[in-house]
Amino acid sequence: MWRWLHPYAKGEASYRLLGRWLPWLTGSAVLTMMVGLIWGLFYAPPDYQQGDSYRIIYIHVPAAIFSMGTYTAMAIAALIALVWQIRTAEWAIAAIAPVGAVLTFIALFTGAVWGKPMWGTWWEWDARLTSQLILLFLYLGVIALYHAFSDSRTGAKAAGILALVGVVNVPIIHYSVYWWNTLHQGATITKFEKPSMATSMLIPLLICLLGFALMTAAFICQRLRNEILRQELHRDWAQQELN
Amino acid sequence: MIKASTWQVVKTLMRRDLKVALRRRSDIINPLLFVLMVVSLFPLAVGPGPDVLGRIAAGVIWVTALLAALLGSERLFRDDYLDGSLEQMILLPVPLPVLALAKIAIHWLLSGLPLVILAPLAALLLKLPVEGWSTLLLTLLLGTPILSALTAIGAALTVSLGRGGALLSLLLLPLFIPLLIFAAAAVEGALVGAPVVGQVVLLAGLMVLTLTLAPLAVAGAIRVSVN
Amino acid sequence: MAFSSWTEVISMGGYGFYVWLSFGISLAALAALMVHGILTRRSLQQQSKQQQQRQQRLARRKQQERSR
Repeated sequence: MWRWLHPYAKGEASYRLLGRWLPWLTGSAVLTMMVGLIWGLFYAPPDYQQGDSYRIIYIHVPAAIFSMGTYTAMAIAALIALVWQIRTAEWAIAAIAPVGAVLTFIALFTGAVWGKPMWGTWWEWDARLTSQLILLFLYLGVIALYHAFSDSRTGAKAAGILALVGVVNVPIIHYSVYWWNTLHQGATITKFEKPSMATSMLIPLLICLLGFALMTAAFICQRLRNEILRQELHRDWAQQELN
Repeated sequence: MIKASTWQVVKTLMRRDLKVALRRRSDIINPLLFVLMVVSLFPLAVGPGPDVLGRIAAGVIWVTALLAALLGSERLFRDDYLDGSLEQMILLPVPLPVLALAKIAIHWLLSGLPLVILAPLAALLLKLPVEGWSTLLLTLLLGTPILSALTAIGAALTVSLGRGGALLSLLLLPLFIPLLIFAAAAVEGALVGAPVVGQVVLLAGLMVLTLTLAPLAVAGAIRVSVN
Repeated sequence: MAFSSWTEVISMGGYGFYVWLSFGISLAALAALMVHGILTRRSLQQQSKQQQQRQQRLARRKQQERSR
């Protein structure tokens, strides 16, 4: 397996591999997203409690799930970069962080907008919203640290250490915020009990989940390719690729 | 060649750091003054009534402690980095995480411990009810080592940047959040007479976890920053 | 189809503003991410072109000096 994986530690080989994946990922992502979102928006039945406002779930839940998933992916890339000194993994940190930050922002924003009709306020210090907000801060920290160094290798390694520190902290933060929330549960929140979703609502959600997964992979692919080119700009193959 | 044991090296390093720090006393005193001033701003802003002040006192003291920890944090490795002793530390035949732990200990002695000693005065100014005092001190005693350890990680990551100030706060404040939640909740629990053993044990566990893992992260960060 | 007319789709049972706001902003954010990626590639292309031109200039100058 190592002999098979080894060439991809180098920029050019992984660039070509990603280039082969990118069109398939993009195409299937656009297709599944369209099917899932249109199904969710127009064909899924309205919720008996929340009416049509629950349709926000088709963006909110996938974004929230993959905002944490990409953080894990980033931490794994950081571990590989720090332990085996593989440059592709270093660039992957820089490629994954902005995608994760955008997903976290979407989860936060849709959560807040959904909160307005449901809780009667744009921002509620709800446990899930709060821990998403902190996750956004963690992402922004990684991005800021990466760009603070003029030498991108040092930047990637420093950002990698921060991502690893963060991944140890994410569960602690998550549970502390939940615990804090149950302690301070405001009286005004009328939380809906977690309903067991009807199949007719669940299927489009699953399609949306798949769509977001594919889309996240496609975005990471695109950004990683850019990052590889940026770092290898002085090489001949990169010059040929760009002209 | 003189062979020095790890403990001897650590002892020498700590003694040197203490000596250097004690020569620049203002670096130790200024964060404490900052805490006192911020604490005395709150009654001016929200009014001096004990019902409001007493309720927010523990939270204010803890938030101020977090900010004070950020204040001096840039200096933690800066001088060692500039005069090259950080490189020497990497070359020593002593595991780097051990040296990092020594650095954290010194930082706590010079910033955490004075804060714990100052806390009763801050509590007095903010009219924290007496029932909360012992818990506040206990949480500070358990929490300030965590602050020092996390600060050391951030300082080691940004030491080669030369202008890490705002960036450092951006990196560190999210990591401080669990500490803030548990510590403030413990004091609040003590004020209403609830048992606080749970939170205190959680804080102690958090401290042990942080002090075990943070030296590794600091050592990694120093290696990245120096080369 | 859960709706019988387009006005119903737009009003979303009274929640239209919230639903369309969150869908709109989310899609806009994703589009911005994609556009940023494409623009990055374009600026890399420009950088590489500049680099090549510089190299050619240098090579030409060297040749001129040699011929002189």
